[in-house]
Amino acid sequence: MDKTQLLLGLAVSLFALGLLGVIVRRNVLVMLMCLELMLNGVILSLVTFAYQTATTVGAVLVFLVFVVATAEIALAIPIVLLLVREKRTLNLDAYNELKG
Amino acid sequence: MLTLIVLLPLLGFLLNGILATQLGGNRVGKPFVIAVGCGLPLLAFALVVNLVFDLQARGWTPLVETAYRWATVGDSQFEIAFYFDRLSAVMALVVTGVGSVIHIYSVGYMAHDKSFGRFFAYLNLFLFFMLLLVLGRSLLVLFVGWEGVGLASYLLIGFWYDDLANARAGKKAFITNRIGDAGFLLGMFVLFQALGTLDMDRINAAFAFTGASAPAVSASLVGILLFIGATGKSAQIPLHVWLPDAMAGPTPVSALIHAATMVTAGVYLVARMSGVYLQAPEASMVIAVIGVATAFFAATVAMVQTDIKKVLAYSTVSQLGFMFLALGVGAYGVAIFHVVTHAFFKACLFLGAGSVIHALGGEQDLRKMGGLAGRIPVTFITFAVSTAAIAGLPPLAGFFSKDEILWYALASSSGGSVLLFGVAALTALMTAFYMFRLLWLAFLGRSRMEPEVEHHVHESPWSMTGVLLLLAVLSAVGGFIAVPQFLAPQLPLPAVQETMQHFHRPLLVLSVLLALGGLAGAAYVFGGPPARAEALRARYAGLHRWLSGKYFIDELYEWLIGRPLVWVSDRVFLRLGDRRVLDGALDGMAALGQRGAALLGRVQTGQLHLYAWLVLIGIVGALLWSWRHV
Repeated sequence: MDKTQLLLGLAVSLFALGLLGVIVRRNVLVMLMCLELMLNGVILSLVTFAYQTATTVGAVLVFLVFVVATAEIALAIPIVLLLVREKRTLNLDAYNELKG
Repeated sequence: MLTLIVLLPLLGFLLNGILATQLGGNRVGKPFVIAVGCGLPLLAFALVVNLVFDLQARGWTPLVETAYRWATVGDSQFEIAFYFDRLSAVMALVVTGVGSVIHIYSVGYMAHDKSFGRFFAYLNLFLFFMLLLVLGRSLLVLFVGWEGVGLASYLLIGFWYDDLANARAGKKAFITNRIGDAGFLLGMFVLFQALGTLDMDRINAAFAFTGASAPAVSASLVGILLFIGATGKSAQIPLHVWLPDAMAGPTPVSALIHAATMVTAGVYLVARMSGVYLQAPEASMVIAVIGVATAFFAATVAMVQTDIKKVLAYSTVSQLGFMFLALGVGAYGVAIFHVVTHAFFKACLFLGAGSVIHALGGEQDLRKMGGLAGRIPVTFITFAVSTAAIAGLPPLAGFFSKDEILWYALASSSGGSVLLFGVAALTALMTAFYMFRLLWLAFLGRSRMEPEVEHHVHESPWSMTGVLLLLAVLSAVGGFIAVPQFLAPQLPLPAVQETMQHFHRPLLVLSVLLALGGLAGAAYVFGGPPARAEALRARYAGLHRWLSGKYFIDELYEWLIGRPLVWVSDRVFLRLGDRRVLDGALDGMAALGQRGAALLGRVQTGQLHLYAWLVLIGIVGALLWSWRHV
């Protein structure tokens, strides 16, 4: 097993871990952290492939994803804060107003 | 010059229509309306007279004047061009001349009407379209005029539109005419396809060729299609039903549009397209048969009508039938001659009837008239003269034209026959009978008026009686205008069959005898005690019912066309097509969206976890699918 395979395996497990967390956990903050974990998995795969093909495109893309992720979390945390102030809980099941 | 003649009445329509109606807030008074409404048609008449002298000075070479290029499509030019030759000259003189005097008459007749300005605006509009019709060089311009006079007729029949019956009569006239127009349009299409032009002089010239260079279209087909248009406008069987109902309009309208000018447009059309009909013996025969049948049928109905205007209306239908009979046997000039004399005496009769109605305060029922001769003498004398003229007493106008029609119906080498002549002669007899019946019932005998009405009987103002006198003089001497001979260089009279040559003089005597016979019959039946007419009616009760029901043609059409049409419209188009198919499809789509949304809405639980699961399943599904298929 060479380094690339190892890194890709790590990326997949990071992504899978994050996905599992999003699906299983009820705590909103934990879910957000799991989302970040999934993103990191993807980023890791990007870096790995960039390294493998010896191009810079993947590395540049990583910085882009970082910026987007930062912006996303900067929006998500205030929303969560507002929700918590409203519902007095972090449990996701309480937030079910948006139903059809 | 020609353009100016046509545009003058349009100017009158615009001035009166904008300034003297509610549209423009009734800015101007009656004197202005009268000056514009009567002045411009008179001016147009003067210009036409002037132009006829010009034409004479040019040796009767037709004048052509292009006013405007309408459209250029490929190689074809569509121009609004006017054409002035002998035939147009006669028609334009009748239209502007009789039209103008009827305008003057209307000043008195409509004096107390609240829509005085609107009436004159419509009359001028009619005159504009009628001049477009008779002066147009191309069938297209003629058709614009043709539709335009239909519109003016519709507006004027329904002039007193507060009464629903009048509005319905206008609608009936309009719709019946549309049926004929369909034929007219088809004829135009066929002609344009074959010849590439719609100019009538060119079409006539094209049909003069025979052999290899003959037009690639059957003259009879074109002839029949155009004649279908003429049956609509000129109220021939089977489209005659609108004309008697059109009497709902004011009486000057009946005189101008539904007797003197518009209804003769069909006759003008056939005479104008004579080049086609000369090559179409089958179409000519159809015209002759329809014409004589209409003449006969309408005359029988006219004998029993009790409404003074209805009698005249059926008489008009009958006389139009005579004109078509003349056209059918190739005597185009004679038909136009009858158009002219008919315009004189029928306008006089209608205006006289209008004067009677005016005197009786709106009463139109012959059974409530009688004994008016002494009370309104001018009306009586003029009415009597024109009655004698239409009946064909010599030397009045109707005698000459009707005699020539009878002669050519018998002797023309292009379709004249004893049968046509026999029916026409019988119709002439009935014409004399019903006209003198009308004269007797209205003016002679004992008064049957309501006392209240009788008290108010008065002679009409001079603007009406003056016009009546003028028209009566024209009815008396109009026969001496040798219209057929004048038109002969353009519309040659048909050759006469050798074997019939020596019947000319006996026929002259016969037609006088027919008129006198009708007079004697009417005098015997209606001049005597009232019981005599009653007994006659009781004896032929079935026939009388049949005739006064106008052969129940209206009912037949109602039953045959009206009801199925209503049924199809209601059941098929409204209930099935509109409500079920169209509305059903739209409602169904909306309901589908609603129900689908309700179903899918259940998925939207607001549980973020469920969404995450669904996304996961979706991604896995997509991955599996792409793995399987790539």
